[in-house]
Amino acid sequence: MSLDLIHLYEQMLRSRLFEEGVRTLWNEGLISGEMHLSLGEEAIVAGVVCQLEDGDAMALDHRGTAPLLMRGVGPVSLLRELLGRKDGLCAGQGGHMHLFSRKHLAASSGIVGASGPAGVGFALAAQHLRPGKLAVAFFGEGAVNQGMLLEAMNLAVVWKLPLVLVCKDNQWAITTPSSTVTGGTLTERAKGFGMPAIASDGIDVRAMWEAAREAIQRARNGDGPTFIHARCVHIEGHFLGDQLFRAARSPVKETMPLAGPLIKSIVTRQGVPLSERLHALTSVTRRIQDAAKDSSSVENDPVLRARRALSLDSGQLDALEEKVRSEIVSAVESALAD
Amino acid sequence: MRSMRFVDAIEDALAVAMAQDSRIVIFGEDVRMLRRNLFIRFGQRRVRDTPISEGAFVGAAVTAAMAGLRPVVEVMMVDFVGVAMDALLNHASKVETFSGGQWTAPLVVRAACGGGYSDGGQHEQSLWGWLAHIPGLTVVVPSTPADAGGLMFSALMHDGPVIYLEHKLLSADWLESLGAGGRQTVHFDVPADGAKGPAPDEWQPLPLGKAVLRRNGSDVTMLSVGVGVHRALEAAESLRERGIDAAVIDLRTVAPLDSELVIGSVSKTGRMLVIDEDYQGFGLSGELTAVTLEAGIAARYARVCTTGTIPYSWAEEFLVLPSKQRIVEAALRLLDR
Repeated sequence: MSLDLIHLYEQMLRSRLFEEGVRTLWNEGLISGEMHLSLGEEAIVAGVVCQLEDGDAMALDHRGTAPLLMRGVGPVSLLRELLGRKDGLCAGQGGHMHLFSRKHLAASSGIVGASGPAGVGFALAAQHLRPGKLAVAFFGEGAVNQGMLLEAMNLAVVWKLPLVLVCKDNQWAITTPSSTVTGGTLTERAKGFGMPAIASDGIDVRAMWEAAREAIQRARNGDGPTFIHARCVHIEGHFLGDQLFRAARSPVKETMPLAGPLIKSIVTRQGVPLSERLHALTSVTRRIQDAAKDSSSVENDPVLRARRALSLDSGQLDALEEKVRSEIVSAVESALAD
Repeated sequence: MRSMRFVDAIEDALAVAMAQDSRIVIFGEDVRMLRRNLFIRFGQRRVRDTPISEGAFVGAAVTAAMAGLRPVVEVMMVDFVGVAMDALLNHASKVETFSGGQWTAPLVVRAACGGGYSDGGQHEQSLWGWLAHIPGLTVVVPSTPADAGGLMFSALMHDGPVIYLEHKLLSADWLESLGAGGRQTVHFDVPADGAKGPAPDEWQPLPLGKAVLRRNGSDVTMLSVGVGVHRALEAAESLRERGIDAAVIDLRTVAPLDSELVIGSVSKTGRMLVIDEDYQGFGLSGELTAVTLEAGIAARYARVCTTGTIPYSWAEEFLVLPSKQRIVEAALRLLDR
């Protein structure tokens, strides 16, 4: 398989437009609960998933829409699941954090780190039943502090399993900067288990494709697991309606209600000295400023990055984008139809 | 008396207790943002963010408590306690017995629980019965701001492990963050008296294991905790219009269970209706039957519980979680109406 940037861009754009549609439906209140999207992860997902074949498995986290869409699950079926309909992918029972497609050997979990053991199990089944096939596990960098994921990494090495471990690192574990709760570096950590680790630019789909190619080849050849560490930025934060993002985007409206209790906590007697309180206050406000600061940068947008790298004339590009757009528009219309 | 939101009552009780007792520390996922007011007032040593490592930090809370601290650990949602279960099942709950009574682990595990905002079956569980099944764990489920603060106060003073569960429909900040996310387009069936209400001017610890009669009645005894109490009270109002007089007992703690109040009321009404948002089988609803049968009372019995894995779909979730409608129907059946 050789790198086909047009195909990769098409898949990324499709995912982007699909998830923007989801965002609209969520904002309208037609989709309920939390909504964690892959906005900003498209290059990582496309670089890996576009190289999978039938019989390969995917262990997904709570951001399963992009991998499933790129793996071939129909957009209408996915949307109907998110709308909670009986004719959705999982009969409206799972929702976006619990998406399953038996046909694609794809299973999700809303429990952070759970995709590690899930990936090991899929890879074990491949080793027994489907030689040459593999499993991919997707997770964030926050999950790499979860015991079960570290245990899974060790297991994958000692059983020499065909597993590709893909860490999508946006540097935030929900609202906590990952650097403040993570020791060492993640690639060194993976190497400590005795597996190769590749650091890749998760915003550049070509780099991701190359990293994934190497890891996938190793898995298919029976040479064991690989860890891919890919940096990215979540365009909408941890989830839609992320409070840090809202506070950064509408500071007056969102932070005014917080101000009273914050002031009270600074002036109330009994507690640490004022200087330490102000220091803590600064760290809270800095988080609000930092959380969203990289999200709107064009440089950090993998879809725009891929678009710029394409060598298509504007007519071809327009035709491609129009095709994708009309597919997604009609998918949204069909999903909403009775 | 003052009026407070449920979520503010918890924080206020915590703040008062932290000012009095420097052994109380808070750690857990995102707590410097979630508990930013306590972080600013009490500083970085006493309010610590953790990595997403429930097994490690809940396990660490057990021995930190044994060695003199009073940790409040936050696992965000009770569903995630599954990851840390060993610390509770095999350690926190057993220290007192294993040490021959010489040692205990006074930690509080604080977690959001419950459904009603369509977040799927891994984020909406209740699990209090499952946790209460383990000897040695105290399980607290407040339903009003006054109880939320008072029970947090007593949890912090208790000399053993306490699981403190705050229902997301009552705890406005959780509901805003997980359910609404800033949207005006979604609405939730929030029990108003639970989300905001009177609270004492000074917190006093409430006894753990003491239920309270929320409504007196002679025809049927309804038993519940958390949001279920409010659903039961709503159902009792509907039943009154049909000439049925229902008593509502708020258990407040699942373990220890106030069997005395339960037995007393059921022996008077002769009918027992359990409303439990936790799973139906092998849980609180069955335990309540057992304690009444053991007391020699042969009451008529029905239960309205969560019957299976909670579906994501909003419409279906409504059918699975206890609702006023299901409670009224069950009560009418008990009374042969």
